[in-house]
Amino acid sequence: MRLAVLGAGAVGRSVAELASEYGHEVTALSDSSSAAVDADGVDVEAALTRKEAGEPLGGAAPGDALAAEYDALVEATPTTLGDAEPGYSHVRTALERDRHVVLANKGPVAERYADVRGLEADSDGEVYFEATVGGAIPVCATVDDLGARHVSAVRGVLNGTANFVLSRMAAEGLDYDHVLAEAQDLGVAEADPSFDVEGTDAALKCVIVANVLREADCDSVAQLRERAVTLADAEVAGIRDVPGSALELAAEDGRTVRLVGEATREGVRVGPRLVPENGTLAVTGTRNIVEIDHEYAGGLAISGRGAGGEETASAVLADVARLE
Amino acid sequence: MPSEPTPAPDEQSVGPSDDSESESEPETEADGGRAAELQAHTIRLELVDEPGQLLAALTPIADNGANLLSIFHERGSLTPRGRIPVEVDIECPPDRFDDILADLRERGVNVIQADAEEYGDEVTVVLVGHLVDTDLSDTLKRMQDRSEASVADIDLSAPAGAGSEAHSSARLRLRARAGEIAGVVEAVREVAAEKDIRVIAPLGGQP
Repeated sequence: MRLAVLGAGAVGRSVAELASEYGHEVTALSDSSSAAVDADGVDVEAALTRKEAGEPLGGAAPGDALAAEYDALVEATPTTLGDAEPGYSHVRTALERDRHVVLANKGPVAERYADVRGLEADSDGEVYFEATVGGAIPVCATVDDLGARHVSAVRGVLNGTANFVLSRMAAEGLDYDHVLAEAQDLGVAEADPSFDVEGTDAALKCVIVANVLREADCDSVAQLRERAVTLADAEVAGIRDVPGSALELAAEDGRTVRLVGEATREGVRVGPRLVPENGTLAVTGTRNIVEIDHEYAGGLAISGRGAGGEETASAVLADVARLE
Repeated sequence: MPSEPTPAPDEQSVGPSDDSESESEPETEADGGRAAELQAHTIRLELVDEPGQLLAALTPIADNGANLLSIFHERGSLTPRGRIPVEVDIECPPDRFDDILADLRERGVNVIQADAEEYGDEVTVVLVGHLVDTDLSDTLKRMQDRSEASVADIDLSAPAGAGSEAHSSARLRLRARAGEIAGVVEAVREVAAEKDIRVIAPLGGQP
């Protein structure tokens, strides 16, 4: 397939680099200031080398990537909230051209799920968004395979930064500020970690899953418009005010605290929860885990890397394979 | 035909052992015999410390034709509701067990647990906030009142020598009637919110 990759951050870059290994061709690659566009295939390595040297990716404007020749648009620009722009417009443009869309950007499917499905319904193109939930972990595909109609709940540890902080606090008896500083030194936490530690990132992922579950009960886009949820519908609490003493008390009782997100048909709830210390959800470090409750299969759990360029790119490329 | 005499009812062995087959019932070779159908059950009750309570608890067992195998009457200890825990082992035909439980309840005897099925649940939560400054005992009282749960256990960890800025934590074990845990957690959250206290609760369905 011919891919146009929007966004040259860790995920976009990895998708572009791995595309040929998966048998695809990158015909456009853009970041916020420039684009490399070539209908015969962009020289990805050269473009990324230029970017690393502080030069533009290529001679084209960012908008040219969107107008280029491609079969599937890979939207890997940063997640934005509210109207989810400019990601949403990118999705619309591609679908109006009857092209497929693979999202790594959570915004459009977390904030405007029904709008995206509405555009898709009028297009020959399809939309997939596995990479938006749980990085490398195949959450959406598994729910889809199992039949979303029979899935009652999806819950899990969906933010590596928050999990790193909580598991280090519990293991070392350190307080939040200390561990956060350490995480920032290690590159696990960003300079402004609020998106992660306040639970927003985990909530967006749960909102996307809740939409997938609710969609299974809808017969039309109109019905989905009434039922779809957004971040505003989620009940979200972060880990900033979890003191070391809470983790100690939990540990004395064979438990620990994890930032757990839950998505059901009723809604989305994210917050610090008590979990058994040796239980499924008590993953450590930046690892993520997802539990799926299924009417007939019972409980299933998949654990893996919830972030990272290549890890998330593997989910994007799995979606591209679904389009073939 | 076995040559041993039929054992007296109160000497019958526990469990669905083949020994309990009766010679007067040849069809007990199969699974359908009456005597072979006797099943052992454990019932945990809590009794008010008043005369006649134990008898009230045992009458439904006898009335329904069950055999009393043992009674463990823990007079020294009290349940969270201040009652006396009693554990009763019985055996009876399967179709009578539900009647026994119903009769017990009708007489006002609280059945905490019948076999693996528990009629009392526990939940552990951790509270975080200015617990001492906001009057912890009042917080607990309100939580108990609003949720009808009882606090079985509490552990407090207040930062040593810290000023009023630092948050303290408390681990709370609450007991409630079965099926009411979700409501208990909601009540705890409500009371906590009034005092700006954070609640770290388990996920639904976990103890």
